[in-house]
Amino acid sequence: MNVPVIKSEKLTKRFGDFIAANELTFEVQTGEIFGFLGANGAGKTTAMRMLCGLSIPSSGKATVAGFDIYQETEKIKKNIGYMSQKFSLYEDLTVMENIRFYAGIYGLTDAEIKEKSEQLVDRLGLHDSAKKLVRSLPLGWKQKLSFLVAIIHQPKIVFLDEPTSGVDPVARRQFWDLIYRATDQGITAFVTTHYMDESEYCNRVSIMVDGNIRALDSPANLKKHFSASSMDEVFHGLAREAKRTAEI
Amino acid sequence: MKQLFSFIKKEFLHVFRDTKTLLLLFGLPVVQLTLFGFALTNEVKNAKIVVADYSKDNTTKQLTDKIEASRYFDVEKSLQSHKEIEAAFKTGKIKLAVIFPENFNHDLMHLNKAQIQIIADASDINTATTLTNYITAIVMDYQRQMMKDASIPMTITPEIRMLYNPELKGEHTFIPGIMAMIMLLVCAMMTSISIVREKELGTMEILLVSPFKPIMVIIAKFIPYLIISFFNVTSILLLSVYALDLPIKGSIFLLYSESLLFIVTALAIGLLISIQAQSQQTAMFGSLMATMLPTLLLSGFIFPVESMPLPLQVISNIVPSKWYFIIVKSIMIKGAGFSAIWKETLILGVMTLFLLIVSLKKFQIRLA
Repeated sequence: MNVPVIKSEKLTKRFGDFIAANELTFEVQTGEIFGFLGANGAGKTTAMRMLCGLSIPSSGKATVAGFDIYQETEKIKKNIGYMSQKFSLYEDLTVMENIRFYAGIYGLTDAEIKEKSEQLVDRLGLHDSAKKLVRSLPLGWKQKLSFLVAIIHQPKIVFLDEPTSGVDPVARRQFWDLIYRATDQGITAFVTTHYMDESEYCNRVSIMVDGNIRALDSPANLKKHFSASSMDEVFHGLAREAKRTAEI
Repeated sequence: MKQLFSFIKKEFLHVFRDTKTLLLLFGLPVVQLTLFGFALTNEVKNAKIVVADYSKDNTTKQLTDKIEASRYFDVEKSLQSHKEIEAAFKTGKIKLAVIFPENFNHDLMHLNKAQIQIIADASDINTATTLTNYITAIVMDYQRQMMKDASIPMTITPEIRMLYNPELKGEHTFIPGIMAMIMLLVCAMMTSISIVREKELGTMEILLVSPFKPIMVIIAKFIPYLIISFFNVTSILLLSVYALDLPIKGSIFLLYSESLLFIVTALAIGLLISIQAQSQQTAMFGSLMATMLPTLLLSGFIFPVESMPLPLQVISNIVPSKWYFIIVKSIMIKGAGFSAIWKETLILGVMTLFLLIVSLKKFQIRLA
């Protein structure tokens, strides 16, 4: 767990006068679950978008999976998976068609697609629903499916942008089980969330306030450092300093 | 390549899963063509016509009787002068005049050929064409009967004059017009809606994070609608030839090539709209405003460009469908070859190139 898979050095994004992300410096180790916490508008999504190649940084340096985010975005894209806040499957396609489509655009061979999709349906216990439209699945299932589709090409890192918003605690727990299984296979998970109980599931957590990283450590160390009994207390202590509220 | 194929397959799945849209895509050409076609080429009954018989012999009498017997005409026999006939046309009292010249019988008996003059009010093109066709048919029929009895061939040539609109401008122009409209509807509107839908759903981000290139997204979006459009062009042409009896006079290959160019124009317009629009509704209304309205009003499809006020005539030049309309009209109706329409093709081509470059540039910027 000592090889950094993401290395960010003073990564900054400005929109005019507004500094959405200010000199972010951190490292993410291979195989860890890295929690990216912050209130709405703190700059989490901006930071994640820069690392995924969706947004060009204003300044700073970063590498993802060993590739430079300015020069080697195409190589980065092959090595990452991404699950956005918005639900990202096609509702008018069936479960199978969605799997085949995403596997197809990642360039998997027919044999791989067949094997992967069977595995995936197996793992979710979705045999009866494989030919059903995604529209007809409950939200919890859709999110699990979405996650497994995001890692169908065995990426080195998977970026999860508030993956569990809107689902019940049981479904959230099941979702985290899937994340653990993925990290067991060596996939690194970079997760943004605003559920504090979820941050306890992460190996390490960074907390962003107003575009800056204010704290970065394991949940246990953070609680000790801020002499708090829960991550919730840690977070609220820091978030109280926040001046901005708007979502970027 | 395989990635592109997966994407195109997915686009087709979208199209085929949405039965309402599917019905719209394939049914619309048929419905529009039927509506325009049969509403405009309606058969004419009891049209008021005048027969002026200056020859007054057996043949002219028989021919007049034959015309009178037909249910299409309401014949008034009179010996009006040309001036009076023209006045009757102007006031709209008559739709057509048949004139037997004084020397009709003489010519027929001695030269074995004679002429009758048929004058039609061509301000209403469809009626004029239908009526002159009926009269010609009656004359030909009479001539065949005569030939049976006579040993020497005799010919009666109808000399047709289209009053007010000698070139019959606007004849069957609804077919090129409908082709332009359908293609804009299918390509511009459907492409823009389907791209904006990916934005709305958030799937666009996933695609942009994937190794799949943005340009490929566009190509994959284009291809299904391009194929559907070709299907539509074919169904419109088949319908117009076999159901409406409107033959294609020019080269079919040329017609398809020009249509391909226009399809690309429409796709580029759709792409441009999709970059601006944030919701599917906006994309739909944007497409309607940017494509359907100018096509209906400014392409010459419904209102002749020549009779528009000058400012509108100038504006009509930037409407791509105007040029496509002229091209299709020339090929289908006049049987024109490429040498006759290269200018229009060039204009349309430059417009398409411009639209494509602008939209691709903007698409790239949006990604940053």
